[in-house]
Amino acid sequence: MPNAGEPVPASGGEEQLDGAAPIPRAPGDYLPVLLLPGLAVGALAIMTWQGVPFSTWVTLTIAALAMGMMIFVIASGLTLVFGLMDVLNFGHGAFIAVGAYLAMTTLIPLAGWVEANSLPLNLLALGLAMLVAMLGTGAIGLAFERVIIMPVYGQHLKQILITTGGLIVAEQLIHVVWGGDQKPMPLPTALRGAIVIGNIALEKFRLLAVAIGLIIFLAMLVVLNRSKLGLLIRAGVENGEMVEALGYRIRRLFALVFVAGSALAGLGGTLWALYRETLTASIGSEVIVLVFIVIIIGGLGSVGGCFLGALLVAQMANYTGYLAPKVAIASNILLMVGILMWRPQGLYPVAKR
Amino acid sequence: MLRAILSDDLPRSRLLSAVLLAIVLLLALAPLLFGGAQAINTAAKICVFIVLVASYDLLLGYTGIVSFAHTMFYGLGGYGVGLALYGWGASWTVVGTGLAIAIITGIALAFLIGLFSLRVRAIFFAMITLAVASAFAIMAAQFSEFTGGEDGRSFRVPELLRPAYTLTELPIIGAITGRTLAYYLVFVAAVLLFLAALRIVNSPFGRVLQAIRENDFRAEALGYRTVGYRIAANCIAAAMAVLAGGLNALWLRYTGPDTTLSFSIMVDILLMVVIGGMGTMYGAVLGASLFVLAQNYLQKLMATAAQAAEAVPVIAQVLHPDRWLLWLGILFVLSVYFFPAGIVGKLRQPTASGS
Repeated sequence: MPNAGEPVPASGGEEQLDGAAPIPRAPGDYLPVLLLPGLAVGALAIMTWQGVPFSTWVTLTIAALAMGMMIFVIASGLTLVFGLMDVLNFGHGAFIAVGAYLAMTTLIPLAGWVEANSLPLNLLALGLAMLVAMLGTGAIGLAFERVIIMPVYGQHLKQILITTGGLIVAEQLIHVVWGGDQKPMPLPTALRGAIVIGNIALEKFRLLAVAIGLIIFLAMLVVLNRSKLGLLIRAGVENGEMVEALGYRIRRLFALVFVAGSALAGLGGTLWALYRETLTASIGSEVIVLVFIVIIIGGLGSVGGCFLGALLVAQMANYTGYLAPKVAIASNILLMVGILMWRPQGLYPVAKR
Repeated sequence: MLRAILSDDLPRSRLLSAVLLAIVLLLALAPLLFGGAQAINTAAKICVFIVLVASYDLLLGYTGIVSFAHTMFYGLGGYGVGLALYGWGASWTVVGTGLAIAIITGIALAFLIGLFSLRVRAIFFAMITLAVASAFAIMAAQFSEFTGGEDGRSFRVPELLRPAYTLTELPIIGAITGRTLAYYLVFVAAVLLFLAALRIVNSPFGRVLQAIRENDFRAEALGYRTVGYRIAANCIAAAMAVLAGGLNALWLRYTGPDTTLSFSIMVDILLMVVIGGMGTMYGAVLGASLFVLAQNYLQKLMATAAQAAEAVPVIAQVLHPDRWLLWLGILFVLSVYFFPAGIVGKLRQPTASGS
């Protein structure tokens, strides 16, 4: 179920037959959404008790929002690919890294625009870099799906092994092409620094990341819920064989979703590298751990759950990163354990066949 | 007699038997045959990895679940023994205590991970183990005043195993030092653990695991609690990995993230299992031996090749010894596609069709 809050009507559910009772709407499940403000308020309470100023909490919350959006952009492709194709792509991290490296390579000749102190030029340069990253990772994704994943549809064990192998090869190829040393990924001039309101500092790049993440999330919701393509994808998640029987080429749908997922990973990788301002070949494997936690929390295959999970994980990471930095990653594991105790399939389990 | 020792699971191929016999003989006589430190180190590493890979094969090859936390348990063993010896001084009781703590923690962790991931969907397991293992590695580096951080800890082993200790002087072979004794400790423990693993997979319990691998739905329909069996397999594999880590720490007299916890060791283990042959214990012996040998000697070969191809830019880059993981990755993908049964599967093929 891509959008968890909304019921998923069968095709043609909107137009009712004469006299037929309206199809009952599935009851909305908003309980998990409450976790988000719950966690924020809880963190605020602990921080006030510890004597941390309120403005720090606001800064951390905004940072969490930005980080959550970036993780969502990366994770949404992975969770959709799993939902539709039943493929768990451990090589997803490779697309993150390749996307970031492609963006870096694009930004080098555009250095003039990046260093200019003008927001439009900066955004243009970043936009171009992101476009190149998405096109590049999308194309690699297509090849990856055709060559690596196609022969192992339906075999989970082999999928995990093969995609892990693909990840290793891709990381090594990055070393060969771009070299193994750490690369700087400077932010454009106009996006450096922070906007200060009162004593609350809002970093400009984080605001941009939040905006991009929201745009992607809304675009995804619109495509999935309001277009024919989205209808087919949602139907494919629930019952792929039926979609095929109705005469749609599900393999094409697979390829399309895989390419879109890879491109999103490339975009997310670019954002992540800009956020960190440095770039190494292992950037993918660093983020992928958080991404896995996110899609497990959200429920494998659920876009809404993925969004919620990304925000939860980012909040947890930022708050504990401030309060007790040594256990930041462990706190996310505890969050996952807690949520799996409550809902063993994740927040929004996907009904499947 | 031999059948009883090998749990009635014979190699079933003449070539395989010959190769296995050669490996076991070479490992058994390694300190007497090869004088150099590097050769003995390689032999000890092979012994440790045979145990590690065999325990991993119990999960991957026999139960059909992918774990990325095997290095975590391996590291737990290493840190258990290492930190105990570092903190409480060098004695055998300390080794035992450290190992016991590590095994209990390892089994408890394996049980919890299994409970949370295998209860719902086996596919969760791969992701959750990856997350937990990376969290463990980060924590081991973070709590540096306890674990030594990135540098790890060097420690003294019990006197019997120190290089300075001499047991006897023999006429032809020379001195039997603590190093030789340490090697034989590793070797004997590895043989016993391997035979135990062989015993486990050929027991009724092991048959149920294989049934779950082939068709978990049917196994459940026959009345086996698949979750329980999978968790049990996970715990056994974890305990064996902890023991392998302990042996490794005793041999190296050092424990640190790079030798035990790093993801590249996990990749090595995966490669060894797949190259040797998933679902055959003998594959662990072959895979570990070949891989460790290749790691030690192939990298030198690649360095020479890269030097020879210095004029050609891309080729020299690709042949650089640091890029050897690239070739292993390609080999790994190809072998999963084309030789899922690995070397042992290939060797067994003709006899299997004949009988």
